[in-house]
Amino acid sequence: MQIKIRTEIKMSKNKMPLWEVFIQPKTGVQFQHAGSLHASDKEMALQNARDLYTRRQEGTCIWVVKAEHIVSSNSEDREPFFDPADDKVYRYPTFFKVSKKAKGL
Amino acid sequence: MPEKYRSHLIRQISQHAHSEIIGMQPEGNWITRAPTLRAKMVLIAKVQDEAGHGLYLYSATETLGVTRSKLIEQLQVGKAKYSNIFNYPTLTWADIGAIGWLVDGAAIVNQQSLRKTSYGPYSRAMIRICKEESFHQRQGYEIMSKMANGTPEQQEMAQDALNRWWWPSLMMFGPHDSDSAHSSIAMKWKIKRNTNDELRQIFVDRTVKQADLIGLEIPDDNLKWNPKNKHYDFGDINWDEFWEVIKGNGFCNKERMSNHINSHKEGKWVREAALAYANKNQNGNKNE
Repeated sequence: MQIKIRTEIKMSKNKMPLWEVFIQPKTGVQFQHAGSLHASDKEMALQNARDLYTRRQEGTCIWVVKAEHIVSSNSEDREPFFDPADDKVYRYPTFFKVSKKAKGL
Repeated sequence: MPEKYRSHLIRQISQHAHSEIIGMQPEGNWITRAPTLRAKMVLIAKVQDEAGHGLYLYSATETLGVTRSKLIEQLQVGKAKYSNIFNYPTLTWADIGAIGWLVDGAAIVNQQSLRKTSYGPYSRAMIRICKEESFHQRQGYEIMSKMANGTPEQQEMAQDALNRWWWPSLMMFGPHDSDSAHSSIAMKWKIKRNTNDELRQIFVDRTVKQADLIGLEIPDDNLKWNPKNKHYDFGDINWDEFWEVIKGNGFCNKERMSNHINSHKEGKWVREAALAYANKNQNGNKNE
């Protein structure tokens, strides 16, 4: 399987690494991708993420991860990649014929 | 992704990002002289937002495979442009009102349209920016309406600021559709969703009524409601001035760029120190 790194830009030691920022808007809900930023280390990345993406109380928790550590499927290969789910209509409840008299299903 | 689409996006989004960053200068000019503590806090928050908007847009540009340092270099050598409007000076406090009301107002019209742009990262940045910009325009309009209802001197300052910023604000939408080099292909690729003239008309229609409400007069003798097409007709824009400023002959072109270059240079040792610290900790496995 062909995989690719999120960013094609190789990070050198002289460049500020790129970080991806994920924010949890409220306690208990899933984290969402907010955007990215540059920072020299994880502490700076977290503080910059707070100042950049939560100036209006948009979050209760932040994840930052170096962009070079994110592995992504290739969207151009989405058809063959997601092919295994194509022919499994029995995974949906509408596949099954049930008498209308049967309640609570 | 087709190469021309990619390069068009890099040009447009980075120009947008540069505008946000350079746009901090005319307003930053008044932070130390804001008339009240409230006005000062609000202005600081607004300028900080502009920095944020620049960063969202730089990040969006970087998804197209160009580095941040390359983008900054293109700005500093004059290869990349920023919005012409920021080459005009902010002479009085009323100019801060005029910028928020007119310049941000014009930017909002453009950015609302761009929320539906065909490139996802640009569209998402626009959605976020539009949410934040509406406070900017309200703070500008508040300053203008206070001054327009203030002492005769304040009224005069408000009208003077409107007189100076009105036409450059109309120029922000770019050349007429018939003269715009990039517009038609950008419409075809759905990068732009409305033409320059369409957006300019939306801005004029909105703003004339807002000016009426606070008793200020738009400096255009040809401005008139057109009952046939239900829009305001307005006078000719001085495109010679527009091209002169783009060429670098505006009031503040040199100052804006030298400030940017100096501040980037002055920050160099900080960036180097932060990286040296990170590399040292990484090698000692303390911070990773």
